[in-house]
Amino acid sequence: MSTAAPLTVPRGPGAARRGRVQGALGLLRATGPVGIVSAIIIAVAILIAVFGTFIAPYDPNLPNLSLAWGSPSGGHLLGYDFQGRDVLSRLLVGARTALLGPLAVVAGSMAAGVLLAVTAAWRRGASDAVISSGLDILFAFPGILLAVLAAAVFGAGLTAAAIALAVAYMPYVARVLRGAALKERSQPYVAALEVQGASAVSICFRHLIPNMMPLIVAQATILFGYAMVDLAAISFLGLGVQPPEPNWGVMISENQVGLAQGYPLPALIACACIVVVVIAVNVLGERLFEQAQRAYR
Amino acid sequence: MLLASLLIASFVIFAALYLAPGNPIAALSGGRSLPASSIAVLEQRYHLNQSFLAQYWYWLDNVLHGNLGISITLRENVSTLLASRVWTTAGLVLYASLIIAVLGIGIGIVAGLRPGVLDTGTLVTTAVSAAIPAFVAAIVLILLFAVRLGWFPALGNGTDLASNVRHFTLPAVALAISSLAIVARVTRASIREEGEREHVQTAVSRGIPGRKVIQRHILRNAAIPITTVTGITIASLIAVAAVVEVAFGLNGLGAYLVQAAQSKDLAVVQGISLVLVTAFVVVNLLVDVLYAVLDPRVTLGGRAQ
Repeated sequence: MSTAAPLTVPRGPGAARRGRVQGALGLLRATGPVGIVSAIIIAVAILIAVFGTFIAPYDPNLPNLSLAWGSPSGGHLLGYDFQGRDVLSRLLVGARTALLGPLAVVAGSMAAGVLLAVTAAWRRGASDAVISSGLDILFAFPGILLAVLAAAVFGAGLTAAAIALAVAYMPYVARVLRGAALKERSQPYVAALEVQGASAVSICFRHLIPNMMPLIVAQATILFGYAMVDLAAISFLGLGVQPPEPNWGVMISENQVGLAQGYPLPALIACACIVVVVIAVNVLGERLFEQAQRAYR
Repeated sequence: MLLASLLIASFVIFAALYLAPGNPIAALSGGRSLPASSIAVLEQRYHLNQSFLAQYWYWLDNVLHGNLGISITLRENVSTLLASRVWTTAGLVLYASLIIAVLGIGIGIVAGLRPGVLDTGTLVTTAVSAAIPAFVAAIVLILLFAVRLGWFPALGNGTDLASNVRHFTLPAVALAISSLAIVARVTRASIREEGEREHVQTAVSRGIPGRKVIQRHILRNAAIPITTVTGITIASLIAVAAVVEVAFGLNGLGAYLVQAAQSKDLAVVQGISLVLVTAFVVVNLLVDVLYAVLDPRVTLGGRAQ
């Protein structure tokens, strides 16, 4: 793993990129067959999230009340929802907000978390104290609560919910990474680079953060699972993605009435999509985390 | 630390909703245009003509005296509105906590002590159920046990204690399921880790009865991580309860918070957020205290480096 001091061999940018791709593949290969299957499921889900609008066979928002709760038939593989819209099309198009929303949450909280953790670990002293106690206060707000507050202030919508969740997750990210950054900071190669006159920013961005990458990737993966569940929950509550726009969380809440009427399929299939992706993300995240831990010991 | 954290949290909640778009006078008058003299009276009464900090101070003073303001939509005292709902949420969270503590720790201990098929089965089952969000669990439970089997009601609170328990069983299970899996996994892992420690191996080789080894050496040490993870997951239920309350139509604090956020009833949003944040912080503090009790090396207030 990449714990060794990377200060010896000067490499061209191409080599660095190739190294990074190989590093990522190696990281994945080491998670074993279960990890690779999980990664494939996630990759397929993300492809659907990106291209879902193009492969959806029907208009996901075209209602036809005479077909409401219709069972699967002909070209409509998963039947119709409570308004007679094609369930498969809504699933494919709804994948976008269900998956890219959490991706934005993870990107936001990881970027802020890494920056705060590295700053705290690098400068120590007063900066560390200020950052750490600021994060302690943020711990008082559970993610869902902060998202509901954001919806009350800014109005219901995916953007407000995603920003709120990113803020709420940040302290968890920063706490773990701060510990790792402190350990990395005390490595001899950091002192060596400092003696050579490298600036703090360049040491952090070119060496310290790249060396923490296995842990950062593992954290991001685990966080994605949480973000997906919480964002779907907020859309389920009616405070995230607004109907009629398709989204997996929205589909569950709008088709919940079908349970009692004997048409559970539309709600259940959206549930299944969420659970399958979250299981894959959790399994992969757990494996990556174990590896990162092993690399740090 | 607890008070400072709560004070700042209260400030954040107040400030966020103070900055929310919308004019309180318009909300009070219901959109009618008022003569300047009435506006002046209203400003006087609600301290709207004063600085932001002064308004925060009045609000905090009222909150500490148990007065959370007046709901704009229902024109009723927020404290009264919350009091009737707080027991639904508290009961739901307590019921779920009980399930998590008993089943989660129980399953974890059994799986941790008996490697083999049972253990592998537990690992796979918990990996799946840890990924089941509360609202998915709610949908599946309603379908199976309320619609298909008819064992439990699908919606509502119930009237007396016995029907309360019946009404709360499915919601509590839905709320508990993913945390239960996490607690079981952590319990199993820490039991396994403690069992492989040198002092446990020594105790076994000296012929100390298995039961005693488990109680004195494995469980005693494993209790520390188990308590922490159980406490933290239980604290997280406080917010997730909102999802379950909405799914099962229970009129608890969380469902009311969601409704108030949709109708922009800011006094209610402030009140409930404050109550939930306080509960969350207090439960987390209790976990810290328990941690210090269980692990004599830890002193409260001191920071582990």
